[in-house]
Amino acid sequence: MAMSNVGRPTAPAANGRNVSGNSGGFASLTGGRGLLQDEPLIFEEGGWDKTGVDLPEASADAADLGDLVRTAPIGLPGLSEPEAVRHYVRLSQKNHAIDLALYPLGSCTMKHNPRLNEKMARLPGFADLHPLQPVSTTQGALALMDRLAHWLKVLTGMPAVALTPKAGAHGELCGLLTIKAAHEAKGQGHRRTVLVPTSAHGTNPATAAFVGYDVAEIAQTDDGRVDLADLEAKLSGDIAAIMVTNPNTCGLFERDILEISRLTHAAGAYFYCDGANFNAIVGRVKPGDLGVDAMHINLHKTFSTPHGGGGPGAGPVVLSEALAPFAPVPWIVSGPQGLRLIEEPAGEAAQAFGRMCAFQGQMGMFVRALAYMLSHGADGLRQVAEDAVLNANYIKARLSTAMTPAFPQGPCMHEALFDDAWLEGTGVTTLDLAKALIDEGFHPMTMYFPLVVHGAMLIEPTETEPKRELDRFCDAMLALAEAAKSRDAERFKGAPHLAPMRRLDETLAARKPKLTWRPGDTTVAPAPLAAE
Amino acid sequence: MRFTKDHEWVELSGDVATIGVTAYAAEQLGDVVFVETPEVGKTVKAGDNLAVVESVKAASDVYAPISGEVVEANAALSDAPETVNAAPEAAGWFAKLKVANPAEVDRLMDRAAYEAYLQTL
Amino acid sequence: MRYLPLTPSDRAEMLDVIGVRSIDDLFRDVPEKARNKALFDLPPHAGELEVERELSGLAALNRPAGAGPFFCGAGAYRHHVPATVDHIIQRSEFLTSYTPYQPEIAQGTLQVLFEFQTQVAALTGLEVANASMYDGSTACAEAVMMAQRVTRREKAILSGGLHPHYAATTQTIAHAEGMQIVRLSAAIDAEAAVIQAIDAGTACVVVQTPNVFGVATDVTKIAEAAHAAGALLIVVATEAVSFGLLKSPGEMGADIAVAEGQSIGNALNYGGPYVGLFAAREKLVRQMPGRLCGETVDADGRRGYVLTLSTREQHIRREKATSNICTNSGLCALAFSIHLSLLGETGLRRLAAINHAKARELQAALTGVKGLEVLTPRFFNEIAVRVPGSAAGLVEACAAEGVIAGVPFSRLDPSAGLDDVLLLAVTETTTSDHIAALTAALSKVIR
Repeated sequence: MAMSNVGRPTAPAANGRNVSGNSGGFASLTGGRGLLQDEPLIFEEGGWDKTGVDLPEASADAADLGDLVRTAPIGLPGLSEPEAVRHYVRLSQKNHAIDLALYPLGSCTMKHNPRLNEKMARLPGFADLHPLQPVSTTQGALALMDRLAHWLKVLTGMPAVALTPKAGAHGELCGLLTIKAAHEAKGQGHRRTVLVPTSAHGTNPATAAFVGYDVAEIAQTDDGRVDLADLEAKLSGDIAAIMVTNPNTCGLFERDILEISRLTHAAGAYFYCDGANFNAIVGRVKPGDLGVDAMHINLHKTFSTPHGGGGPGAGPVVLSEALAPFAPVPWIVSGPQGLRLIEEPAGEAAQAFGRMCAFQGQMGMFVRALAYMLSHGADGLRQVAEDAVLNANYIKARLSTAMTPAFPQGPCMHEALFDDAWLEGTGVTTLDLAKALIDEGFHPMTMYFPLVVHGAMLIEPTETEPKRELDRFCDAMLALAEAAKSRDAERFKGAPHLAPMRRLDETLAARKPKLTWRPGDTTVAPAPLAAE
Repeated sequence: MRFTKDHEWVELSGDVATIGVTAYAAEQLGDVVFVETPEVGKTVKAGDNLAVVESVKAASDVYAPISGEVVEANAALSDAPETVNAAPEAAGWFAKLKVANPAEVDRLMDRAAYEAYLQTL
Repeated sequence: MRYLPLTPSDRAEMLDVIGVRSIDDLFRDVPEKARNKALFDLPPHAGELEVERELSGLAALNRPAGAGPFFCGAGAYRHHVPATVDHIIQRSEFLTSYTPYQPEIAQGTLQVLFEFQTQVAALTGLEVANASMYDGSTACAEAVMMAQRVTRREKAILSGGLHPHYAATTQTIAHAEGMQIVRLSAAIDAEAAVIQAIDAGTACVVVQTPNVFGVATDVTKIAEAAHAAGALLIVVATEAVSFGLLKSPGEMGADIAVAEGQSIGNALNYGGPYVGLFAAREKLVRQMPGRLCGETVDADGRRGYVLTLSTREQHIRREKATSNICTNSGLCALAFSIHLSLLGETGLRRLAAINHAKARELQAALTGVKGLEVLTPRFFNEIAVRVPGSAAGLVEACAAEGVIAGVPFSRLDPSAGLDDVLLLAVTETTTSDHIAALTAALSKVIR
């Protein structure tokens, strides 16, 4: 049996004791918890014939549709507007958010989301624009995409960009398909393998395998970088590409990056860079100068588009001269009538490998990202990278007094990585520490990722944290470290005590998956379903 | 009962071998939440993937310790995967194989050898 | 710079704590030749007012759908979204939270996802749904690959009524993953050819209803043919409001249903971000792609929600994952779910009925325009018509008259030989005046 791959950054099964630890044993008379409201599911609120939208009667019937008409009840409850507002506001209060406090999820890059971006994305000229309107009526939208492409190209030092991928992993797929098409065009379609460092994010090997490549791992050196000797040994005529994250998932810059790209190109392979951590170098380092052939950029990380509780993202891919002809459609090109779209792999785009999605990509995210870029400018973006790196190194310096950095030698980039060696003998695990951090008022750091570091704790503050918030966080971490070392294990094992919920039983959820509400699930049965 | 270094066990009865994962493996996995058992009729060679066992945070391949044809899969595991934790070397078996070459079983470790092997981990 | 809180003295103090002299010391691992000393050739930072001015200027060059008569559909629909929806999704706790990896402090997002999954399952008439996909087209590609995992067959048959962008996306992605994609020729009456094409090697057939030409179809017979051959039926919908009027995919025998959810709760956004809906039969759940939210209890026995069955996903299975997807379309799914909660069953049914009634009004009006032939026999809110000459030319001519007359089919698939086919959609936002303006413009430019 092969034990595989514990992922990031969630918790194993609940093992907290079954006690009401939230308020020192105090219980309200009717189950209230201060002003934090319990909220039932919309299906339990009884609104089977209620609606919060006033609509007129339809002016015609659906007799022409005959037996295509849906007659059975659908099973959708409705809420009046005040009930709906309350339902969602109550739920929102059970979420942590970057607007509330530091959100130090390493590699996820939770930075401030400027509200100007939201305002701009909602301008009717962008939000109320149909993707298939005549291009003569969308010249401003195409100009915006063209402008965004220009910024991305200058910032990365790359000559081309495919805008459509809808998220980072979608961008990886786009990048590898571009590489595959380029190899095939050169008669190199027999190359079967993609090399991925052991520290890579799970999407890298998943994407490579998805496209049909075999995945081979590149070893890592003791100081957290790609092992050049191992890379050189594994490069051959069978290698289609390497996928390297830089700065890497240990928060370190690949010092030998120029040698990595030289060796890769000498072997006839392409260098795919995972740009998840581009925020550490934006405005200072151009990936094009490092020999990168393709790189996706998570607009929601580097360029502040909101994470929204898990998407939508956007993952444009910048491409080298060699790969540009193979970029997927649509392409934006300028001509005598202004900008136009090439939407089929034909003509100028004859070598395009295909299409990643319907329409033109995540326009709403393009507007937000460009608003962020214009706000910062060349000078501000450079400062973004500098402050992100400064903040991370400050945390690393302060916490190294009590915790063990995974790579103590030299500076880190935008995130500080610790292992769990310092917890040895305390009975406290990385997970326990993370859950206890919740009680101190912070979202936990990324845990158990990268996989190459034992009990990894990956902390990324981003540039939008003031020094006093960094200090508040470091003080909390150091206090927890002190508590762990002084054997106050109780504090950790039952944590979180003060969150909206205690630890949740993930084993139960996975053994008996319950993914939807069904009539009869609730003790208070809803009224019978009724069709209009 | 014979054992592999990958923590599978095999018990031969006639030409049918019952296969599962060891108590040590079950302990390492933590709470098992799902087992993907092989289809009856599938032919496997020693070392091929036979099944997948999942805990909340890990999915692990279970390899066929010997070659043969699957004649039965433990259907009870789909409703009660926790059996793998409760009785890994009994009711928590995964599959029964009609053995192609019984000599393959003899090449595996006996319990004493397996126990000794565990000491080295 | 308004988004950067550190002051020069903060920076100096922090460098001191770190024990380096300058920020450059922290970038010392960057090779010398890649260190850019000078600023990049881009404009300097700008205040809110300047940025707003510049972007508003670009926005003003576009003609918003709401600025006048407007009839584009073909996979994206302009519906009215209640003000509550946009207000709620801009709340900090929804807008600026991450993927709910720490369930104790993400129950808001998780309960919404559980409710969303239940709503999607109800709409599609299937038992389980995931927490959303990027959009309808990528959901379609994922469904096809899921069918391969379930059936262990390689061939997917795409109906000629499937949106050409969906077909192209599926062809690109599922083909890369090793599948054989059979894309049938675009045809208004596409379904007979689908049944013909099914054979013993077929993993799935993909059928859209209403299809890209607006045709509402009973796919029960296709389901029977697919199942008889051991294949799965994937039903696609690009207009989610249609679920309020038309028989659900589940009722008609679908094994997997995917849909574009944009038209409930989400703006047109020039093509994205949108939200893909993905539902399936319960027995297929472990082969589903994407995130799933499930119910459980906490240490005090209270009901709560977590992301579950995550061993299917890339961060654990890595190269053996069901898909490489790492995210969903959380905020768009929230918008969808809020809008649908406001509508409820009563509101959705009425909204769908209004959309259909508007389409009947459009059909009647178009029948009166000389030179046009209505091609769609049974429709929800979208109609295909044959025009004299090029539909693309006609649309441009109408645009000059202030009417956006729809989508020429050639825009979606120029090689189909259907240059004279025009797709027109209406919604509750379309007025009788809009329809009158359309027929006037068409009558003027057709001659």
